[in-house]
Amino acid sequence: MNKDIFKVAGKILKSRLIVGTGKYKNFNETAKAVQASGADMVTVAVRRVNIIDKKKPILTDYLNPKKIIFLPNTAGCFNSEEALRTLRLAREMGGWKLVKLEVLADKKTLYPNMLETIQSTKILVKEGFKVMVYCTDDPILAKKLEDSGASAIMPLASPIGSGLGIQNKVNISLIIKQSKVPVIIDAGIGTASDATIAMELGCEGVLINSAIANAKNPILMAKAFKDAVISGRNSYLAGRMSKNYFATASSPTKGLI
Amino acid sequence: MAKIQLNGKKVAIKSNFSLFDLLKKYKLINKKVAIEHNGSIVPKINYKKKNLKDNDKVEIVHFIGGG
Repeated sequence: MNKDIFKVAGKILKSRLIVGTGKYKNFNETAKAVQASGADMVTVAVRRVNIIDKKKPILTDYLNPKKIIFLPNTAGCFNSEEALRTLRLAREMGGWKLVKLEVLADKKTLYPNMLETIQSTKILVKEGFKVMVYCTDDPILAKKLEDSGASAIMPLASPIGSGLGIQNKVNISLIIKQSKVPVIIDAGIGTASDATIAMELGCEGVLINSAIANAKNPILMAKAFKDAVISGRNSYLAGRMSKNYFATASSPTKGLI
Repeated sequence: MAKIQLNGKKVAIKSNFSLFDLLKKYKLINKKVAIEHNGSIVPKINYKKKNLKDNDKVEIVHFIGGG
């Protein structure tokens, strides 16, 4: 069997689990959860430096961008202009060209504004960015994103932070079937089994934040997700049995006494 | 003396203060930060050259935890 390699925008990742670094109790917990998850890529947000308290700990004291791939995101941006500004700043910070774009449309659902998302993707690609893109699970729009030069298609399973799991497996499957770039489920995963389902559908990876950070024991949940993603991928590669409407005995009838 | 707006807050600085001096003041030298000066991103190599004047708007950003 060929080696199963996960490659995004030319980068080979060891783990198909990408984790977010938000919502943890403290940086210590963030670092421990990231380690337990086995992820070699984490998402990070760009925000103002705290100029009042110079001694407050910062993320990079706990996660080393030389050891783990930082994927700057545009969380909280509600239009193309804000998203582009954020990612251009991220690039200046340390040469990050691989970024995660999300342009939100609505505060209540945090659904993406796909028109501005597609427009921003085109601009970023032109500027030399490699863009992984948060999107709806609409296959037509996902195709438009891919045609716009997206490096990865990242459809939501359900609203960000909702923990509702994959609500439209058919759409996710349609997107997987048509895409030539990796499809990574982003947002809405609630628990480890949801990640297994995503991987069994044929997703190349999953991005998890709330489901780990909001678990009672985030570090143990990070480990659960690590196993769930490996398990789901193996199951996908192994190829499941076909579904039958009637029973088929597992033990042979020959030699029955 | 000059008064600038740094990350949304009014801050008084000495005259002829550069962006590099500003980073030094906030102990941000060699930290992963990016600077926007009056709406334009400033490349790192220009930090020493760029002097601040009254009413300048400066944003210094870094990475924080996010999903």
